[in-house]
Amino acid sequence: MNSTATTEAVKRARITAVTSGKGGVGKTFLSANLAAALARRGQRVLVLDADLGLANLDVVLNLHPKITLHDVFTGKVHLEDAILPAPGGFSVLLAGSGLVEYSRLTPDVREQLQKIIDTVAPRYDVILLDTGAGISDVVLYAVSLADDVLVVATPEPTSMTDAYATIKVLATQQQRRAIKVVVNQVGRVGEGKAIRHQLQLVVDKFVVPMLAEGSGVPLLELVGEVPLDPAVREAVQKRRLLLELLPGSAAAKAVETVAARLAP
Amino acid sequence: MPLLDSFALFAPGTTTRPVQAPDDTAARDPAERLRLGPALQLLQQSGRELPDRDAVSRVIWLQAVLDALCELSSRDPLTGLANRRQFELALASEIDRVARAGEPALMLMIDIDHFKKVNDTHGHSAGDLVLKGVAQVLHDCIRPMDTVARFGGEEFAMILPNCPPSFGRTVAERVRNKVQGRAVAISAGQQVHVTVSIGGAFAPQWVRSSATLWIERADRELYRAKAEGRNRACLEQPTVSLVSAEEKGLLFGTSQFTELE
Repeated sequence: MNSTATTEAVKRARITAVTSGKGGVGKTFLSANLAAALARRGQRVLVLDADLGLANLDVVLNLHPKITLHDVFTGKVHLEDAILPAPGGFSVLLAGSGLVEYSRLTPDVREQLQKIIDTVAPRYDVILLDTGAGISDVVLYAVSLADDVLVVATPEPTSMTDAYATIKVLATQQQRRAIKVVVNQVGRVGEGKAIRHQLQLVVDKFVVPMLAEGSGVPLLELVGEVPLDPAVREAVQKRRLLLELLPGSAAAKAVETVAARLAP
Repeated sequence: MPLLDSFALFAPGTTTRPVQAPDDTAARDPAERLRLGPALQLLQQSGRELPDRDAVSRVIWLQAVLDALCELSSRDPLTGLANRRQFELALASEIDRVARAGEPALMLMIDIDHFKKVNDTHGHSAGDLVLKGVAQVLHDCIRPMDTVARFGGEEFAMILPNCPPSFGRTVAERVRNKVQGRAVAISAGQQVHVTVSIGGAFAPQWVRSSATLWIERADRELYRAKAEGRNRACLEQPTVSLVSAEEKGLLFGTSQFTELE
């Protein structure tokens, strides 16, 4: 991403966009807990609410921010003041509801987002962009800022269909050839693997012919499956991180496995 | 009755009504206290016709004045097409429709090739005639539900609601061909031929886009058409966000719930 020709190689955070197609698949829950798991592995992590005010990151983390990205955009505060410590040992940059007006992605908003990411990138090892649901321009733009993209799906047919639609757009419009997949709320071990396999089959048959010849095949990498676990509901209801509230739960362990794959 | 004469009936000093306290006057007939002069002058200058003041009620007449002013402020004075303001209104409502109804919609940005050369060679009044001529062709190309606007300078824009991606190229080519085929008379016995470059982009179906982004995407295609030699139409590949029945069939059909390997 950054120029490698500069004499001083500046280490820059690896940016991963977390997206889903369908909403309500646990994208924000996963972003927050994944951030905590990565922080435990010694990574400096920032979660950016790239849903521009529609994300529930503050709800999931039980934060009541007085300063948000909105204030940074309007020039009221410095970026540094808007970066908040989250319970799991990572940082968050929340959008704030004032940003709803930015859900129309103007060139100005894009420039601001890019500038913010460029500013914070050298200070972290990992930046997670918690994007909105759907395939709106804002989501696609946020994903375009990321090095990697992580698609969250559940075994539910609508979620799988929307995840596939997202993968198709990312492959055809952004020329993504490596897409990470997490299957959330799986009912049994191996279901994630079966779903990844199925998605890959459809990509091979229907998406690959749409791509320029020789441009490579989009490969889906399953980075983990998180079981349907009552512990998750409990953590969400208590507005706590699962990794802190019930670290021994099956879902928490699964999230840690995902973190280990992302930051070996 | 000429407009300015009818205005004179309202002018101070000519009213036959006795002077009253402001509140009372307002309550009785606020229309009498309106300054209609500048508005009526504008309407007359632009050739907009109003109904005979004496033949209709005052409210109907005032409504006609308002309608004419709205019409005036939404049109480009030279070409008579929708102006930029009207275009942006149409654009906003089309974006809403696409987001809600998922109808496909196409935007075309149309730019006259080498327009500066026309101006430099034949003068600005010839340039104006070319703009008018092209505007007329564009207007003849559209359906009643479409919007064609002068976007600025020699650039025009079209919004074509409910235009499926499979029709896009045909529509754009038809516009390009019609402009190419129509000579514009710039003086007695003198004609010029102009061509246009066209860039097109579809609104992403079911998705709330923004006007800026949609225009930007169409503009990008327009630049491509210019760069590839002008007198051509370039259309952005429509977003493939829909999942076909075949794709769903494969996604859910085979081994989803059977063990792998």
